[in-house]
Amino acid sequence: MDTSRRKFLAQTLALGCSAAASPLVTPVTFASIPSDNRLVVIVLRGAMDGLDVCAPLGDPLFSQYRPGLTKRGFRDLDGYFALNENLGDLMPLWKAGELGFVQAVSTPYRDKRSHFDGQDLLEAGLAESDSKVRDSGWINRMLSLIPGAEQDSAFSVGRENMLILRGDFPVTSWAPESRVDMSPHGQLLLDMIYEKDPLFAQAGQTAMTLAAQLSMAQMEGDIDDADGEMMAEMLKSMKSSQAAQQASGLATFAAERLKEDTRFATFSIGGWDTHLRQDRAIKNASKELQAALLTLHDQLGPVWDKTCVLCLTEFGRTVRENGSGGTDHGTGGAMIMAGGAIKGRKVYGDWPGLDDAALYEQRDLMPTADLRRYAGWAAHDLFGLSVAQIESTVFPGVDMFQNPGFLR
Amino acid sequence: MEQSFATKSAFRFGYGFSPTERDATDIDALMAQLRGPDLGVAQFSGPMLDERLAIQRAYQQLRNTMKKGDESVKPELKKATRLRNRMRGDDTRHLFQRAMMDGQGFRERIAFFWMDHFTVIPKGRAGNALWGNYIEEGLRPHIASSFGDLLVSAVTHPSMLIYLDQVKSFGPNSPVGKRKKQGLNENLAREVLELHTMGVGGAYTQSDVRQLAELLTGLDFSKDGAKFSKRKAEPGAETVLGKTYGGDPARRSHIESFLRDVARHPDTARHITRKLAVHFVSDTPEQSLIDHMTQVFRNTDGDLPSVYGAMLDHPSAWEVLGQKTKQPFDFMVSSYRALGVTPQDFIEPPNGQINKRLILPMQFMGQPLRKAPGPNGWPEEAEAWITPQGLAGRLQWCLSTTTRWGQELDPRDFIQTALRELSGGTLKFAVAGAERRVEGLTLVLASPEFNRR
Repeated sequence: MDTSRRKFLAQTLALGCSAAASPLVTPVTFASIPSDNRLVVIVLRGAMDGLDVCAPLGDPLFSQYRPGLTKRGFRDLDGYFALNENLGDLMPLWKAGELGFVQAVSTPYRDKRSHFDGQDLLEAGLAESDSKVRDSGWINRMLSLIPGAEQDSAFSVGRENMLILRGDFPVTSWAPESRVDMSPHGQLLLDMIYEKDPLFAQAGQTAMTLAAQLSMAQMEGDIDDADGEMMAEMLKSMKSSQAAQQASGLATFAAERLKEDTRFATFSIGGWDTHLRQDRAIKNASKELQAALLTLHDQLGPVWDKTCVLCLTEFGRTVRENGSGGTDHGTGGAMIMAGGAIKGRKVYGDWPGLDDAALYEQRDLMPTADLRRYAGWAAHDLFGLSVAQIESTVFPGVDMFQNPGFLR
Repeated sequence: MEQSFATKSAFRFGYGFSPTERDATDIDALMAQLRGPDLGVAQFSGPMLDERLAIQRAYQQLRNTMKKGDESVKPELKKATRLRNRMRGDDTRHLFQRAMMDGQGFRERIAFFWMDHFTVIPKGRAGNALWGNYIEEGLRPHIASSFGDLLVSAVTHPSMLIYLDQVKSFGPNSPVGKRKKQGLNENLAREVLELHTMGVGGAYTQSDVRQLAELLTGLDFSKDGAKFSKRKAEPGAETVLGKTYGGDPARRSHIESFLRDVARHPDTARHITRKLAVHFVSDTPEQSLIDHMTQVFRNTDGDLPSVYGAMLDHPSAWEVLGQKTKQPFDFMVSSYRALGVTPQDFIEPPNGQINKRLILPMQFMGQPLRKAPGPNGWPEEAEAWITPQGLAGRLQWCLSTTTRWGQELDPRDFIQTALRELSGGTLKFAVAGAERRVEGLTLVLASPEFNRR
């Protein structure tokens, strides 16, 4: 497509919903996104222990540092690193080259080891935490650079309002269970009272249009019902919502959207803050993550081949086991990648080793690369963003260095 | 229309209007709530610590007996289970009832602020049994005292020790640590510095965290409540923030003196006053407000009523309303109050009703009670709450709640009760034009005017 045409389309689309709804534009909209690839970002909240997930069993020091945590089973990956047994069902993906890892990466965040600041920085994609850190997320800034991207191009899934998608570019967030039972007239009146308040207008609009569009909540129910029945309805939908809050539910919903116009989806999986009895504590989160990846793999069908999933966390954990069979907040960590679009079956990264002198502050895995570099190259290879765009806008201050070439 | 003092104080510093409450006339009327006794706990509170532990223990023992195959205890177990579940339901109910009381809005908002500042997400059997006590005995008696008193009480309460893994932290060179081959857990030490006192921007280092973790060893909890286990405490003195504490033998008082010192630290003063300003006044409060409050905090060694007073004395506390939105708990409480539902209406409902009327709706609106996202508590910014799904939750709850409680109300009167001069022409028009009462009442409660503060 020539540039003037692309520019024209971008302008048309900037008009928003009315333009997108026109039958003339809709099919072209699709093509006007320069890429058919998909990016899914899963934020692993609580600091996933990369050394337990992708464990350097090949280094004898490792079991000395972690006598308790290396007792249980691991699945060998490449003779040096091994996969935590709680993620064992992912081995077929590894063997098919659809699962990979990057070791010893981190955001530029150092030293204070606060989850909340660490996550903010990870989602903002910035090098330094300042007052602007919560203004916009890196996926939002990336979207603004992709010609033809529109509101439905990106979804955040679940109840959270994720910083990673926040910003000037309009994006959609949706939790599968939401529903509204106002009469059509009541809805119009509601629109009217929300009109002058942008925050309520945007949330109210999306809540109602999506409820209609997505037919995700097929709960009947009438507000004429007596209180008891109404509440029983709510109870029912709560139960389905709890199920949907499970990672596989979120992944199912994300897959449905990704099979259509959506190119980016993001959600988070918590429960990685394993200070205590990590052998048990890491189980739930790992199982959730495993279920999410397998659900995406199973539900995306042919689209899986065009999909790259990146699982990112705010920082790693201490190399040594702590006093209660867990690990404390650390620095360098691991990133998990999956999807048919990646060249998996490989542990990427520049492994610094575990000698005391090689550790960060003698306690943490030394980060040898900025994880934003990997996310940046994903944006480059999947969506054709230039290195200059990534270094200036998506991840300001990142040094993209050489392409690690982890995409097919 | 000009917003009155009564309206601003009800929305910004209270739980909104109720048809039976007398208006607050001045700042002193708000402060007087904190000078008086804790009327909320006097009327609505659960058992004391030892009784809670006894209830939990009885239940646990019967369960174990049953597990071993002794079926004869079945009826007793049923009773013990009911007692235990009842306690948990009551804790939730009391939280709402206290907040719904007339004449206590400011005190109750302050109490909720501290519950969130010192977030405990109950963990395990004991954690759930103790949660209500943490609020009633651990926090509330100290919210009108000095920040140091409150800090010591919150940080050393069994609920906190369990939640942030302190009970699992052992001095690596202590007798118990050596015997069990167990060592430090940094969790509580880090959060004390990062969240409870100095804030993440504070002038502390990883080494301070580590030293504090060593200093905190010994804080423990047994079936009788909080205790200090010398045999878990790391021997020797620790240096935190440049000052040396403790030595042998280790004592709980060493920990207390650190907590009282850090409670007066300038970084703590700034962090706490900023949080108060953000919670009550604006997501982006004026610097002069924080400076004023910080000054008072430092001049009074963290005397909390003086700090609250400093907030209320500052002009920016009385700016036009609308800079913040109500969190789901505040939204529910203020809706109930506006509808004329009283704390007495919640006395002795069956537990199932507590679940349906109080617990599930909060979950639905994005604020599941007892399950904050982490030790940092709930987010403050409006954008975190007014999301499509959060708003859908509010709307749905409004529909069912007004169906239950609002059948007798005329929406055109209700808008006056709930919003007074805050209701604009558009809202009045919309409410008058609703096709049913329930929808009219819902429009009032779901309006930006009611949800902002």
